[in-house]
Amino acid sequence: MTDIAEIRDLRVTFATDGEPVHAINGIDLQAHAGEVVAIVGESGSGKTVTANTLLGLLPETATMSGAVVIRGREGQQTDVVHATHKQLRAMRGRDAAMVFQEPSTALNPVYTIGWQIIEGLRAHGKINRKDARAQAIDILRRVGIPDPERRIDDYPHQFSGGQKQRVVIAMALVLNAGLIIADEPTTALDVTVQAEILDLLRRCRDQFGATIVLITHNMGVVADLADRVIVMYRGDIVEQAPVRELFAAPQQEYTRELLAAVPHVGRGKSSTQDPALEAPASPPAGSLVVADNVQIGYPGRFGSAGVVAVKGASFWIGPGEVVGLVGESGSGKTTIGRAMVGLTQVVGGSMTVLGQEMFHVKPRHLRAQRADIGFVFQDPATSFNPLLTIADCIAEPLVVHGRASSTAAARGRVNELLDAVRLPTNFGDRYPHELSGGQRQRASLARALALDPKLLIADEPTSALDVSVQAKVLELFVQLQKELGFACLFISHDLAVIDEVADRIIVLQRGVIREQGTTAQVLNNPADPYTVELLASLPVPDPVAQEGRRADWEKARAVSRGQ
Amino acid sequence: MSESSRDLPTPKTSTLAAIPPQKRPLKDRLPVISQLRQSVGLQRGMLVAGLIIVAVFILIAVFAPLIAPFGWAQQKLPDGTSFGTQQPPNATNILGTTVSGFDVFSRVIWGAQTAFLVIVAGIVCSIFLGIALGLISGYFGGWLDRILVVICDAIYAFPSLLLAIVMTIVISRGQSNLWGGVMATALSITVVFVPQYFRVIRAEVVRVKQEPFVESARVIGVPTGRILIRHVLRNSTRSLPVVITLNASESILTLAGLGFLGFGIEATQAAEWGYDLNRAIADVTSGIWWTGVFPGVAIVLVVLGITLVGESLNDLSDPRLRKRRRAGGAA
Repeated sequence: MTDIAEIRDLRVTFATDGEPVHAINGIDLQAHAGEVVAIVGESGSGKTVTANTLLGLLPETATMSGAVVIRGREGQQTDVVHATHKQLRAMRGRDAAMVFQEPSTALNPVYTIGWQIIEGLRAHGKINRKDARAQAIDILRRVGIPDPERRIDDYPHQFSGGQKQRVVIAMALVLNAGLIIADEPTTALDVTVQAEILDLLRRCRDQFGATIVLITHNMGVVADLADRVIVMYRGDIVEQAPVRELFAAPQQEYTRELLAAVPHVGRGKSSTQDPALEAPASPPAGSLVVADNVQIGYPGRFGSAGVVAVKGASFWIGPGEVVGLVGESGSGKTTIGRAMVGLTQVVGGSMTVLGQEMFHVKPRHLRAQRADIGFVFQDPATSFNPLLTIADCIAEPLVVHGRASSTAAARGRVNELLDAVRLPTNFGDRYPHELSGGQRQRASLARALALDPKLLIADEPTSALDVSVQAKVLELFVQLQKELGFACLFISHDLAVIDEVADRIIVLQRGVIREQGTTAQVLNNPADPYTVELLASLPVPDPVAQEGRRADWEKARAVSRGQ
Repeated sequence: MSESSRDLPTPKTSTLAAIPPQKRPLKDRLPVISQLRQSVGLQRGMLVAGLIIVAVFILIAVFAPLIAPFGWAQQKLPDGTSFGTQQPPNATNILGTTVSGFDVFSRVIWGAQTAFLVIVAGIVCSIFLGIALGLISGYFGGWLDRILVVICDAIYAFPSLLLAIVMTIVISRGQSNLWGGVMATALSITVVFVPQYFRVIRAEVVRVKQEPFVESARVIGVPTGRILIRHVLRNSTRSLPVVITLNASESILTLAGLGFLGFGIEATQAAEWGYDLNRAIADVTSGIWWTGVFPGVAIVLVVLGITLVGESLNDLSDPRLRKRRRAGGAA
């Protein structure tokens, strides 16, 4: 078997304002012809740097040494580390191509997709306009774009996220590149779309004979697609093994920990809850949030009708209960969470939060109840004011609501809170950027709990975190919820995460509730075809089980689409 | 999952706590100094050159009474002998004298003081109003924002010099004394630069107000005033230094322009480079170069120095434009 890509003793160092950062410390790896090699690792492990090195896409601040050899289909060899710009340009596209994480930014919005595919063709050799167009249409059909003759003249914004990713893959395939580097190709996509893109990548390997280097942090994706897995940690290769071997018997401690941390549907509350337990049919007494056919939307400019994101939802959050709200992007799950604190407007129906009707509410009426609601944002990196210390940020609610006269006076309570979220108290003197993602999310939790809220709204609190960190934060969350007994709306796109924390689940699709019930009910016996598809699309971190699930998924998709 | 079973090689929170949190030293937090420290190569050269020119200019402006050998309107030595008009550089008047018999060197030095005053007045007048309007307009949006943006666009169409001429007439009824000239320039600069500050701050505020930390402040129930000052404004001043330097050089150019057109400050009231240039036009044809060259060079140098500082700050504050020392370790 020939090696399509070969890396020997690669070292990459970045110049920064401070000390130089050693991103890769001498790694060796090969990608054999016709296989899918997955490089997995947490953020900062150097997996994306490795991928970019394969195409010579590192920024000017990087210094490389070692050898990176790419072999083309016609036997050309390019050593990326020592190649000239011209050699690199000839190699890119012809021998190796890239599929990026975010398809919406990988395509140029001002040109049609046909133009962009043809541009790649024309950059590598003479081809007349008609042939190029015919080739572009052909490749679009083969990646599963319906009606390619017409859609070739459409602009990127006219495609959905999954279709855009198909177009990006088409651009990689059209020059018949032997090596496709897919950098987190499905991270920005919903699970149902992710399953389809993974299916397409599998066909790239089987039908086009491409070798795929897959960069991902998602163990489910690895189990679904990869033939061989390389685990990286802080610029070093920890372990490499065929996929079944790695999942069945990981050799290294780090790999074992990584696999153990991956959340898994069926391991959380769905397995411990009493399956016979029925969810009440109407809001129990003392419910904190009661929504009755609520519509939530964004007003248009100058009083014109805007967008209604949630089209009539009825649900409630009982005292001390954790409600998981699941849905894909655009389902309106975040909109519901934000409406509860008045960040989005209720435009119809009724929603009472802690006894306050949110329809036509004025911001000043909300001030009193702000103290009773905590909010944890998705991205811990941006939810802290970068110029204030962590202690200042956590003290802010205490100062504003008059529980402390100044930031300094609040320090006692701040230390208690830091302690509760298992952060050392002297972290209070640090600035947000001096904390890691997981630590910041703990601090965010501390801020949300500062005033002992009755209701906590957590908007995808772990989706920006690495799996091992996510596991710890979730563990902490469940523990704090038990101790303090607050009710919680937990918003997530990940059913496995919801399974860990939620007592009851609401499944949302395009602003409509498809199903709600106890966690055991929804995850073990889903009633709605959409929930079934959602569950089937979720790849499980086990290559053997995943193979069986793939057939289920195809069935579920047919049912869900058929109706 | 018990705590002991998770033993990832990531540094644990408890071990991290042993390292005391580091506060960045003061020299790394001051705006210009920190950028000077992180600059390298050509960018550093530009910044240093600009800073030296500006520092020399400010020193000259502050110590003008000590440096200048004569007053700006002095035509005679204390013993009563006149300098003579249009004298070439000599021992008494090291840069020669003007057509009115003033000492060129003294007038260039005193001119720095006038230029410095106009910079300070120009910045002070526009910065507060511009920032306040930008903050309110950007944060609240709505009809107020739309109106302010349209007004600012309209003001871009105004030539600042024409405005300055009108201002001189309004302020001092055409009589050009020091404060009349300085304030006329400063106010006309204000009209042009309030929109600049407004735009820069507004753009930043619009960006910052969508950041989750501002939303989190709103959710916590922080009063709007506190959000504006504590959370939004402090994070929106990134590009301010660049606009300030633009503002400063524009102030000098407008003052010089006014003087050159004859609307500036009269020679007996204060020394002003533009006025001297105006008076030197006739000299050029008769081969008298020293009356025009020195005030002209002074204007060019000060504007150059300020622009160099502004440009370098702009490049250095943007990580994509900032050059770094190459990492040597990998080779």
